[in-house]
Amino acid sequence: MFGPLTVKPPKSKGDKTGSWRVQLRPHYLHKDCIACKMCLFICPEGCVRGKEKNTFSVDYNFCKGCGLCAEICPKKDIAMVAEESKGEDK
Amino acid sequence: MKEFLEGSHAIAEIIKACRPGVVSAYPITPQTHIVEDLAQMVADGQLKAQFVNVESEHSAASVVLGGSAAGVRVYTATSSQGLFYMQEVVFNIAGMRLPVVMTCANRAISAPINIWNDQQDSISLRDAGWIQIYAENNQEAVDFHLLAYRLAEDKRIMLPVMVCMDGFILTHGMETVDMPEQEKVNKFLPEYKALYKLDPAEPISMGLLADPDYYMEARFAIQETMKETIGYLSEVSQEFKGVFGRDYGDLLVEEYQVKDAEKVIVAMGSVCGTIKEVVDAQRAKGKKVGLLRIITYRPFPYARIYAALKDVPKVAVLDKAVSLGACAPIAAEIKATFQGKKKAPQVISSFVAGLGGRDITVETITEVLRRLNTKEVNSDFIDLKLELLKEEYGD
Amino acid sequence: METSPLFKAGHTACAGCGQALAAKVVIEAAGPNTIIANNTGCLEVFTTKYPETAWGVPWIHSLFENSAAVASGIEAALKYLGKKETTNVIAQGGDGSTADIGLQALSGMLERGHDILYVCYDNEAYMNTGVQRSGLTPFDTNTTTSPMGAQSSGNIRPKKPMPEICLAHGIPYVATASAGIPQDLQRKVKKAISIKGPKYIQVHVPCPLGWRHETNQMLNVAKLAVETGLYPLFEYENGALSGRRQITPKPVEEYLKSQGRFKHLLNNPEEIKKIQEIADYNIKKYNLKLEA
Repeated sequence: MFGPLTVKPPKSKGDKTGSWRVQLRPHYLHKDCIACKMCLFICPEGCVRGKEKNTFSVDYNFCKGCGLCAEICPKKDIAMVAEESKGEDK
Repeated sequence: MKEFLEGSHAIAEIIKACRPGVVSAYPITPQTHIVEDLAQMVADGQLKAQFVNVESEHSAASVVLGGSAAGVRVYTATSSQGLFYMQEVVFNIAGMRLPVVMTCANRAISAPINIWNDQQDSISLRDAGWIQIYAENNQEAVDFHLLAYRLAEDKRIMLPVMVCMDGFILTHGMETVDMPEQEKVNKFLPEYKALYKLDPAEPISMGLLADPDYYMEARFAIQETMKETIGYLSEVSQEFKGVFGRDYGDLLVEEYQVKDAEKVIVAMGSVCGTIKEVVDAQRAKGKKVGLLRIITYRPFPYARIYAALKDVPKVAVLDKAVSLGACAPIAAEIKATFQGKKKAPQVISSFVAGLGGRDITVETITEVLRRLNTKEVNSDFIDLKLELLKEEYGD
Repeated sequence: METSPLFKAGHTACAGCGQALAAKVVIEAAGPNTIIANNTGCLEVFTTKYPETAWGVPWIHSLFENSAAVASGIEAALKYLGKKETTNVIAQGGDGSTADIGLQALSGMLERGHDILYVCYDNEAYMNTGVQRSGLTPFDTNTTTSPMGAQSSGNIRPKKPMPEICLAHGIPYVATASAGIPQDLQRKVKKAISIKGPKYIQVHVPCPLGWRHETNQMLNVAKLAVETGLYPLFEYENGALSGRRQITPKPVEEYLKSQGRFKHLLNNPEEIKKIQEIADYNIKKYNLKLEA
């Protein structure tokens, strides 16, 4: 029988919400990072990864460009740059 | 083992034997004795279930939904207003394909408020996707609950089952019932192994949003399962007969002297006991009458009914419910059975009786059979008090 | 690759959603041995549109108002199976589904003493249906069903005191939290999970869309609500106030001008005064003011 509609987590890949970004995206400068992990903690998508200082990065497949990571970073080590700017790893 | 006991007590006993893990119900006449008994059994350690005293029927149904989703056998019971209050949960349970079993102690619907028996409550929820089975007597009421769990938990079905028994008439009636023994119950009804459940060992999301791309298929699947269930009912009935000895045939209908009948009454529930008495009396006088008792109302056994009634000249459908502004519910389905078919009864008359617990007597049934001699009638109310109807508002 | 297996990226919440952040913090704090019952609302819709799910734990959605009752059934089933000790049960929903339509089910769950944590994500309106007023919409808030107009300054009623209502049920743990101070929320969830019995946590979660503010200001807006005294953060354990977040109170106007939903009040000193009174009342009641 088809249904009931249930889903097991591994089967779900998620929507590529990175396509929602139209204006800005976060650019991690990797200069003054102290690995406080706040960017990772407060991201509503949970798409920030990293462990040691200056290793943090964003999964641009999912990042919606809300800018909270840039706002919260105590060292101002994340800049919100124009979405079209080149040189970012996707 | 044969016992002489009140219907409610018998139901509590069989539910205990079915070993549910979560029982939750809200009190409403006339279901209360069932639930009180179960509470006592839990208090005495006879039933090892979690008994959840909820603050409304909506929550009672939600509690058993949650319990069933967590992979445990569950039970609830209600009537009338309670069933209506939990209506959205009832649809939810079927849509989520959870094998919940519920007793509906059939009772009339407010307003006016009335605590006595008719079948408006469960019939009004016929669209919900629950299998609905109607008992004629307390033996059936007991047996049908066993069958209900067996059907609901069948991996080919996975739909909830509502066992309907007429409030007061059956719930509070004292009858001799052959109560199934625990070992036989265990044999017929093994432990419940959920097809899908909430378990951290294997996470799953249930109750997701289905947009227009998915919703129709989910509903279609239930419709298809309902159609297949017609066949499974026979299968399970044979299994039951093998273990307990009682034969419910295909569990769809009971043909009582229908074979050569010229007039047949179609009805559901305890009133059929009275009808059988009338049929016997009339047959003794040489009148060819019969009764087609509907046992399973959902899925509706169209083909089976067609086969039984296609050669019967006059059919009277007795509804203990009414669809205000239209045809009585069972009558509408009976008429639909013959739509576009080669053979059909010449007369299918629809009668409404017994609303709000008004007694359906031997005289009432005899009157119905007599009215079959006239031309076809539609939703004809029987046994009305004409003097009441003469009163006007503000007199 | 996502960092959170319990609350996966790829859900369709608005950018900067306070509820998404709070829900992620809650389930990560509770851990993988958790079963969630969720009410209908933004959180349910943006995390589980078939065939996608953001949840890495067992999760069920039934109806708008019954997560507390569904969770009660799950908890009862776990007790029956002897698995309650090792499994957390969380029932969660928005402010509308908790304080309004779901109040009855919640009250029943609290009264029966189930071992369940209830989390209310308070974005102060029925956001999923388009910003309608709920029982937790604050005084003078502009919503679509309590709009400001020529004869109105918005919602005419104060917030329903949900934490106090839950407290009155005699449950062992009641707390408020804020998406703007997520470590505090994390700590409170962990503490709640460690307590047996019914627990209630109400989290203030800004909605950039419904409150009309920039997405990257979500945390700041939430913090301002706390820092003005309008959303006091406190904990009650076994009926006694056991903790509160003390503040150096900021004037409510700072909070009001950070969001479009209060824009109509900015040239209305009389109304601002009334709201300041609400803040002052909270500051006094919970002794929030940090002494120098």
